[in-house]
Amino acid sequence: MIRSDILKEIAPILRDQLVVCNIGLPSQEMHMIDDQPTNFYMLGTMGLSSSIGFGLALAQDKKVISIDGDGSVLTNFGTLPTIANNVANNYILLIIDNGSYGSTGDQPTYAGKKTSLAAVARACGCENVVEVAAKDTGKALQEAIDGDQMTIIVAKCESGNIKVPVITMDPVVIRDRFMTSVQA
Amino acid sequence: MSINTKIVDDLVANDISFITTVPCKQLAGVIDEIDARPDVLHVPSNKEDEGMGLCAGAWMGGKRPAIIMQNTAIGVTINTLATLIQYYRMPLPMLISYRGELREPVACQVEMAVHTKALLAQMNIPTYHFHKQSDADELDAILKYTFMCNKPVAILTDANFWGGYGDQ
Ligand SMILES: Cc1ncc(C[n+]2csc(CCOP(=O)(O)OP(=O)(O)O)c2C)c(N)n1
Ligand SMILES: [Mg+2]
Repeated sequence: MIRSDILKEIAPILRDQLVVCNIGLPSQEMHMIDDQPTNFYMLGTMGLSSSIGFGLALAQDKKVISIDGDGSVLTNFGTLPTIANNVANNYILLIIDNGSYGSTGDQPTYAGKKTSLAAVARACGCENVVEVAAKDTGKALQEAIDGDQMTIIVAKCESGNIKVPVITMDPVVIRDRFMTSVQA
Repeated sequence: MSINTKIVDDLVANDISFITTVPCKQLAGVIDEIDARPDVLHVPSNKEDEGMGLCAGAWMGGKRPAIIMQNTAIGVTINTLATLIQYYRMPLPMLISYRGELREPVACQVEMAVHTKALLAQMNIPTYHFHKQSDADELDAILKYTFMCNKPVAILTDANFWGGYGDQ
């Protein structure tokens, strides 16, 4: 399974949730598979999906899911201690770990080599970290949504991309309809 | 009233309830004051771009944010300012210690000080420079302006404003 297979499988679970979606192909795929006003698409700013979602979770009570990538977590490792030390039980960080910088042509990341993101998250103090095979992502995500504990999910999958159009929606429109959903 | 109390009073009066910080020696007092306020959620960040991500999320969640950081962090956050805060049109007051100005004891701080205003100007970021304590009289108006126009706004506070560095 590749990232887009996971996103297709979890789209029905994500539909009614507030989702912050990582830069590049993950956002483009989510936008193509099931565009929702509850999706905040990142059009730039590699690394900050977890931070944006976490700030949102700290500011209000609805559940928030950040969809992140291994490369993006590697570039913003500082996020994990912040998350660990300011627990928000309405927050789920889903790291789709395809072991590569998928959006830029599948160059390998260190997460696909010796570095375990789940182990790093635990070492940073995150208490509820689960690593799952791609096919079990939906089950783990549903459990995290049903539970009342902040959860970090590392979903291991294969590298690879499908053809997807870029998002042409204006960022202010993305942000405005997202904020309307947050308040609804 | 101490300058730290005045600054945090203005932040709270403007409904700012989410603050992230990366410390600077000059900002120690204001950070202590924030920790003493129950109306403010203080979430220290490890890097200022991370902090701006937290602020963006907090604002979309209905809380007015602010970031407190050193001017060297302008070098860390240009991409985040352009592609997140400005591109999505989000308000962000940035209370910045302006190191490397007059009375600076650490030569390396001057190396980013000489770029600070030029970078902010290049980014079209409204910038205010507090040099005397009375300059902080404008803080309330600057905060109102920030949330009126939904832009990042820089408030540079230099050593003279903070009363020097004391003994080094
Ligand atoms: C500062 C910065 N450096 C590099 C890039 C280019 N870039 C965009 S997406 C991406 C890959 C992200 O990889 P990952 O988070 O693992 O997500 P994936 O595409 O693999 O799902 C890179 C390197 C960028 N946008 N910004
Ligand atoms: Mg990846």
